[in-house]
Order: sequence, then structure tokens, then C-alpha cells
Amino acid sequence: MEFSELIRTGRAEALLLPGPGQPPVRGTLCITSHHLLLSAGHGSPGDLWLLLRNVDAVEKRPQSLRLGDAANLHPPDHFYQQVALQTDAWRLSAVNRDFDVCASYPPALVVPVGIGDEVLARSARFRQGGRFPVLCYYHTTNGTVMLRSSQPLQGANRRRCAEDEELLRAVLALGGGRGLVLDTRSAQAVQQARITGGGTEAKAAYPGWKRLHRPLERGRPLQDSFVRLVEACTDPSLSMDRWLSRLDGCRWLTHVKETLTAACLAAQGMDREGVCILVHGAEGTDTTLLVTSLAQLILDPKCRTMSGFQSLLEREWIQAGHPFQQRCAHSAYAQARPKHEAPVFLLFLDCVWQLSRQFPLSLEFGEGMLLAVFEHAYASPFGTFLCNSEKERYLCEVKTKTHSLWSSLNQSKERRRLRNPIYTPNPLALWPSVEPQSLQLWAGLFLRWTRPPEPAQEAWEQLWRIVTEQEGGDTL
Amino acid sequence: MLSTHISLEDTPTLYSAPSSSTKRSYIWRLKVEQVKLLDRFSTSNKSLTGTLYLTATHLLFIDSLQKETWILHHHIAAVEKLALTTAGCPLVIQCKNFRIVHFIVPRERDCHDIYNSLLQLSRQAKYEDLYAFSYNPKQNESEQIQGWQLIDLAEEYRRMDVPNLNWKLSDANRDYKICETYPRDLYVPRAANKPTIVGSSKFRSKGRFPVLSYYHQDKQAAICRCSQPLSGFSARCLEDEHMLQAINKANPSNRYMYVMDTRPKLNAMANRAAGKGYENEDNYSNIRFQFVGIENIHVMRTSLQKLLEVNGTKGLSVSDFFSGLESSGWLRHIKAVLDAAIFLAKAIVNESASVLVHCSDGWDRTSQVCSLGTLLLDSYYRTIKGFMVLIEKDWISFGHKFSDRCGHLDGDPKEVSPVFTQFLECVWHLTEQFPQAFEYNEAFLLQIHEHVHSCQFGNFLGNCQKEREDLKLREKTYSLWPFLLDDQEKYLNPFYTPSSQKFTVLEPNTVPFNFKFWRNMYHQFDRTLHPRQSVFKLIMNKNDQNKQLEKEIKELESKIKQQKTRHTDTVLTKESLHCIHADSPALKPSLCFKKEQTLLPVNDAIRTIEGSNTADNRYSEYAEEFSKTEPAVVSLEYGVARMTC
Repeated sequence: MEFSELIRTGRAEALLLPGPGQPPVRGTLCITSHHLLLSAGHGSPGDLWLLLRNVDAVEKRPQSLRLGDAANLHPPDHFYQQVALQTDAWRLSAVNRDFDVCASYPPALVVPVGIGDEVLARSARFRQGGRFPVLCYYHTTNGTVMLRSSQPLQGANRRRCAEDEELLRAVLALGGGRGLVLDTRSAQAVQQARITGGGTEAKAAYPGWKRLHRPLERGRPLQDSFVRLVEACTDPSLSMDRWLSRLDGCRWLTHVKETLTAACLAAQGMDREGVCILVHGAEGTDTTLLVTSLAQLILDPKCRTMSGFQSLLEREWIQAGHPFQQRCAHSAYAQARPKHEAPVFLLFLDCVWQLSRQFPLSLEFGEGMLLAVFEHAYASPFGTFLCNSEKERYLCEVKTKTHSLWSSLNQSKERRRLRNPIYTPNPLALWPSVEPQSLQLWAGLFLRWTRPPEPAQEAWEQLWRIVTEQEGGDTL
Repeated sequence: MLSTHISLEDTPTLYSAPSSSTKRSYIWRLKVEQVKLLDRFSTSNKSLTGTLYLTATHLLFIDSLQKETWILHHHIAAVEKLALTTAGCPLVIQCKNFRIVHFIVPRERDCHDIYNSLLQLSRQAKYEDLYAFSYNPKQNESEQIQGWQLIDLAEEYRRMDVPNLNWKLSDANRDYKICETYPRDLYVPRAANKPTIVGSSKFRSKGRFPVLSYYHQDKQAAICRCSQPLSGFSARCLEDEHMLQAINKANPSNRYMYVMDTRPKLNAMANRAAGKGYENEDNYSNIRFQFVGIENIHVMRTSLQKLLEVNGTKGLSVSDFFSGLESSGWLRHIKAVLDAAIFLAKAIVNESASVLVHCSDGWDRTSQVCSLGTLLLDSYYRTIKGFMVLIEKDWISFGHKFSDRCGHLDGDPKEVSPVFTQFLECVWHLTEQFPQAFEYNEAFLLQIHEHVHSCQFGNFLGNCQKEREDLKLREKTYSLWPFLLDDQEKYLNPFYTPSSQKFTVLEPNTVPFNFKFWRNMYHQFDRTLHPRQSVFKLIMNKNDQNKQLEKEIKELESKIKQQKTRHTDTVLTKESLHCIHADSPALKPSLCFKKEQTLLPVNDAIRTIEGSNTADNRYSEYAEEFSKTEPAVVSLEYGVARMTC
């Protein structure tokens, strides 16, 4: 009969996932000419019979992914709970509950315990985009902290804001009395910014806070650098001299060096000098995040694990409001160059890769993870990198309507691709060398399609074999 | 991308420092206290204070932490006394292994003494004064002889299946009568008789006529080498033409052969005016002539000097680094050498054609191209032993002028050139592209480079075999190779997967972006520039631990056996022995991991990994930055604040 011809697989082991509160049923699934049948075995009461005519819609879901996983994987208040274990000097504020105070911040923010929500709201009005100083890292070994914000709206007539000063005073009181504002723009750029209403913390207004300018490129120059690098990397006709001069001319590795240096300075300040660090540039959504996230990777061993790195990305990039939609819309080949396009996040990944080259045992994730994150940031079937801020994501119901990248990356089949087989937990800080001789072009990314990947891949596979042979013995 | 990082701890300083037992017997010729050793790259003149000693063979600096820095006098390439400063008299020592040390000696008089002594000690006029003649590794005579016999080139030619139907051993150069710079044993085509050889050698610069360097058994094609013909603008030599014809005939699988002139065409043409030159395709039948354009030793020397100059700069920016790398041309030269080797390998593999390689004198570029070409063709040379054979064959025996090129003796500085260093760098680039193809690792290449310059072993002394025999090196000095073989484990590549076939050809890609600056060579001693953790070390550690545990298992087994023989009828039965066998592998990893984890102290804020320290890295001199006064800010009166709160 023709019905049976349609049945390719008559039987399969299956798991029925019923509604909440009930245990799943494991059994054999059979398709007959007229029925779908799930039987858990002899004598079990709940055999399922479905008349095929009764099936209204069939949907195949991605393997082992479920909506809403993302929220459970890296819950927003997880960071605060970690801090709260160490100290009670910081509290979780819900002042941005409705995204009223700051559109690009998430609803939950960590602030000094003595500072009320109204002070925060006023401080927010003194900061561009409402991004008032919030805690982003608590250094367990000596209790110093790192905060990030946007530039204060000082303006040409040097306005001040009592609440903002109070907030930063409270930070110093909690974190050892000395502070450093790491401004990711040059002193000259700050002066320029004053004309348009921006600026930086005046010394007189914030006693105890020193200031350091570490100019980091962003926006158009960074995008141009990226485009020129990719052009050079995809041109196999270059002579040796042309290649080196174009590698030099695109300045990408200069950006890598500058970024790593700034992050190392921030980390060094906290770890060695015992000062609190406030990082900001102009909007506080680009170079600021580069510095804060890299500094954490340098100092905090937890960030170097697979889940720690994901939670770092989630916290310091996604929830912290890096505008992925604007920055990662077109990559390097776009004909028209959109104004907001900039590979800031890619620069971060490159810096992480440099760290992984210098400390090959200290990161739990491998190059594959960085490549996967890079790809998904630019184009992805997952919702993780969608939108520009938590507010937009909330409005678009991203969390309930899309799948999370993290649950896909955490599947065991991805293990060999993403993980570092020789990872050995390392409780110490990673101080990388930033000399030009120590920095390398990230061949795995930039030369990915221009050279045969086989030898490197085979060596990677072999490394896995060597290590898993030993582990294999372990599980015997 | 993945490669093994060799951190400094792995690059063995084997034999370059005497063992502690012999140290006492050293007589300090000079001892200066309160000497400062400057950090080469620090912008704030960071330094270590210690005592400087001069011995007959080494310069030794012991700092306040009792860390010793040994520098062999022969490694010193240049000593420079800089202008007196308030701290003392600066003395900069540059070494041939790319170590650069910068001392500050408190008294100018002492500095002058050291300077003069070093000048004398580092430049010997006679071979007999070199370290190798006094170095005594406590081997007896038979060990010494065995060491020298470790590499046997006759056996190597037998491995290639030579002599055979088409190639024979010639005794023409038995007494170095035909060519002084060639070895005694030469392999030539069977058809080449004595008059042909003699005639051909008279037509070649320095008498270096075409001889066999490598025979490819599978393709029946040969790599031959020689020097340039003395052709001038029109000269011919029938014997030389016969010689090439004989080489061509010796290869039944192809009608034509290639003649590769490794020089740039312009240089070769200029040589014609001096009565030398290159083969005229019209005079030789069935040859295909090809220039490959590798620059001469003088260009290479200047190029490396430029490269080192750039890299020695304090506070080097990324941009200066790359423009320096470009203007030095170093990587361009490396690529040219590799491209030539690839051309050679392709001619053999794809066309089964024999190739004759030459340059001017046939001992620099020819050695580079022949050795690299065979390295691509024959997987034997990618093993530790094979690599030693390759160096013995194409470099030492065919008369690469090691003593002149490395400046072993005080001689013409224009003869010094990093030709062999380039060869090692090309091999390193191959190991980077083919991480699984080589049995040896980077440390092996670095160690060979170290001893090419150290004059500690006899292998690289002298400029040709005749000179070595005259010096009686085999009796008076020791061979390096057995010492390297004894330490083999340090030089093994953990990723090495031996290929099942003898002829697995490597086909490297020489697009420019595959060439990198070789940091571990040129900054070997600049600890702060290296990766802080080593994959290589980890894997080697694991292997060591496994070996140790296997040993323990064996010991335990033998104990059990003893027990068994003592009480034959007690509880220990065969089954229990089996049990131990099956369980033993499970012991390994768990123990390994425990051991490793205890290595790293938990929550120790002061200690950092393997020299990873903020102070080493010069992110910026932090204290300065932190206490710096704010730059005066010009307030801008004009301009309207557009942003309001």
C-alpha cells in the first residue's frame, strides 16, 4: 500500500517532553500507516497514540536547543552575586529597570552601597547617554575595582555635577583611596570634545583621581585599518616588500599593541598599584569595553574558562551595550562604508588571540571559539548578538524568540573545535609582552581562506589525540 | 594555527657553560665588582648589579641573585665602549648568537681592561687557539673516534643507491689534486672519465666541477653541484660539455636537464667580464638554463645588520618594526632561497629531470639550494640523524667556508655572512608550515646555530675538508653530533608523524604572508619577548612523567616476580599480575594532573608565571605616569555646548 512507502523509518528511540512538572517519557516511537505511537515498554500506562490525521503541524527544532536557555546560562545578576560573596560594599540597583535612566545599560547595575538611586539618576544626566559609572570588575586579591562609564558632559564652561562627584568619592572610599581615570582618548581629543559638550573628569572636582590618556583608535580609522588589512591578506600577488609595507601601512597590529597596552595598564594599576580604575572614552561603548574586558581576562582566571569567557562577553559586550548591530553590519568588503561600522569587537578577539599565543595553556577555549564568536557577531542564526542594547533586545523579545549561541557552543560535539586541549587552570595574572616582535598577525582569521589550513588543523587534531589518549587512560 | 613555543628555558645552554665541577679550575684573569647589567629594552635603564669575571674561555657575570650569565669569547662578534656616563663606563657586547649585553663598569680603567682583553680573546689568529682544541668533554679516545664516525657519507650515498648503474665513485680527487675545496670522495656519472673530469674542473671556478650531491632513486634524477664556468664572453670547453651530457645521460627518464644559476642575472653577466659567467645554452645540448636570483653574501650580511639594528631599538613601535623588516629585505632573501629550493624539487618530482646547481664558487647559495631542495624531497633529512647527515654532506664536506663565513678567526670582515643562518631559518619556516613533518624542533636548529659559532667542536672549523685534515681535527677535537644525539629528547618534535613513504615531497607555499620574523632566533636571549608558557614543554613533561611511571611499574613488576619466586604458593597469582598490567595506564594521567596542579600556587599575588611580570613588559613606566602632573589645558572659551543634560 502506498502509505507504507512514505514511511522511511518505522521505529526510533525517542524521548517525549511533556509540559512542565512532568517527567519525560523514554520509549520507542513507531509510525504506522495511520498512527504515531510512543510506547515506554510493557505495562506502562501512558502509551501515546496519535492519529496521523490529527497532526496539525510538524516542526523540526535545532538539536538540544531550547528557547530561553540564554537567560539561564548567564543570568544578569550572576556577576553581582559573585561580588557579593567577596564584599558587601556594593549593591544591585534597579534604577534602570525600565531603561529610563540609560537606554544602553541593562536593568541591573552594580553600584556602591551608600549611593541611592536618585544620585545615580542625577549622575546619569551628567554622563553622555546616561552611562554613569558602574562596577564591572572586583579584584578579589586586593579589593580594588574597575568601573566604566561614558564621558562627563563637562562642556566648554566646565560644568560639574555634585552627585557624580559623590558617586566617584564613594568608590574611592570603598577601594583604597586612590583612583585613576583611564581616558581612551588623547588630551587633545578631550579638548575637542569639550566644544561639543563632552569632556573628562577635572582634577579639582574629583580629589584622589588621577588621569591618564591612552588614545585608542575607533570608528572610521579602525574600520579603514581593518579593510586595508583584509585587502592585503587577500592579494596573493604581493611581493615580500609590498606585503610588509601594507601590513605596516594598515596599522592593525599597532591597534592591537595599543589596546593590549591600555588593558595591561589598567590591570597593572589594580593589581600592582592598588588603585581603582575608571575607564571611559566618549560614549563608553567601544574602546572602553575593549579595555575593561581585556583587563579582566588578564587578571581574572575565571574569565579564562569556557563559561567564564562567555559570561564575560555577555556582560562586558552584549549587556554593556556595545552596538553590535551598528558595528558589525558589513565587515571588510562593504562597498558603501556605513558611518557606525567598526571592528572594535574583532580587535578584542584579536587581542585575546595574542594572549592565547603567549599563554597557550591558560585559556580553556581555543582559536576555534574566537573564530566562532567572530562569525556569529557578524552573521548568526542565533539571537545573542542581535540589536544594539538590552533595551532593544527587550523590545524585540530576542530572548524568547531566538536561540542562544552559548547553548549551541556548549554542546559536547563542539568540544574539539572550540576547546583548548592543553588547558591548565592558572590562578595568576597573565602579563603579555606588547613588543612588536611578540605580536603576530592572526593568520587563522585573516589568512583563513588564502592558505591551506590542513597542516595546522592536523597538528591541532594531533594535539587533541595526544591529550585525549592520556585522558582515555583516566576514564578506563 | 598552532606551533610549539620554545621558551628560553627550553633552549638548552648545553655545553656553553662549563659544569660546576670544572668551574673551580678556571682561573679568573680579571674580576670586576659592582658591574651593572642593563635591561636591553627598558626605557628607564633598569639594571642588575653583580660581578664580572673573565676566564680563558668565557666571560661570566653573576648578579646579586646568583644567576649566572656565561658568554663564550668566540661568540663575541663586537665589543664597543661607549662614552663615559655618570654611572660609569658603558660596554656593549654583541654576540654571534644574537645575544646583546650592555654592562656599565664603575671605573673607566676597568672597563678599558675588559675591553682590551675581550678584543684579544674574541679574535684568535690561529686555529690552534680556538676553544675546540682545549675543550675536553671527558671522553676517551675510542669514544672520540666513534663520535667522528657517527656520520658516514659513503653510507649516505649507499642509502641513495649510489654507486649504481649510472653513477660511480671517482678517485680523481683522492689527494685533493683536482679541487682542494671538494672532499676526497666524489660521485660522478659513469660515463665521465678522468680526462673529462680534469678538463671540466679546469673550466670551472676554483676547480669545482659538476659532481653528484643527491640521487633521487625513485625518479632516477640527480642533483649535481659545481661552480660557475670560466666562459667569459665566448669561451667553450668540450670536456665540460661532455660532463653535462654525461649527467644528462645518467638519467634515463628525461631527455633534458636543468642548469640553475642561483645568482641574479645581472651579477652573472657582470662576472663574464672577469672571464667567468654562465653556461651558454647553445653550446650545451639539451640543457634548460635558469636564473633564480639569490643575492650575494655581502647583500645578505648588510641585510641582517639592518634587521638587527631595527630590533635592538628601545621602545620600538609596530610601524618601525615592519618598515625596518621591509627595508632590511631579510625575509625577501629568505623567500628567494626557498623559492629556488622549490624550483629544484619540482624539476625532480614533476619532470624527473636532473638539475645542476651553481652560483659563483658553488659553496654558499649552491649549498643552501641543494640542501633545502633535498630536504623537500627526502623525508630522511627531516629526521634528527638525517639533518646531521645533510649538514655534513652539503655544507661541511662540499666546502662551505664555515670559518670565513662565521668569522672564527680574526680575518676579513667582508668574508663573514649569515649564509648558514639563512639555511636554518628556511628550515624553521618549513617546520612552521609543516608542523608534523620534522622529527626535530626549533631548539635543535638553535643549538646547531649556537655551535656553528662556538668553536667548541671540530665540525665547523676550517673552510674545507683538506684544511680540516691538515688541522688533525679528528684527533684533536670532538664532534658535535654525538652530544646532540645524547640529548635527543630535548630536540624532538612532539607532533612528528613519520611518513610511511621515503619520498613525501613537501610543497611549501611561499606567498609573502607565510614568512614571519624568527623571534626565537634573533631574540633568543631576550626573555621578555617570548611566550610565557610552552606547549612543547608541557607535552615533553607529560612524556617524561609517563616514562617515569612506566619505570615504576616495571620496578613493581620485578618486585612482584621476586616475591613470587620466594613464595611460590602464596596469594600472588598470575591474575593479580594481569590486574596490575591493566590498571597501570590509569595511574598515569591522574598522577600527571596532580603533579601539574601543585606546580601552580593558588592565590599567590606576587609570583607570576615563568617570568610573566608587569615590570618585564614595559607597558609604560607606571609610577611615572601615575605621578605625572596634568598637562596644562587651554580652556576653550568659544564654542557652544550642544549637549545638554
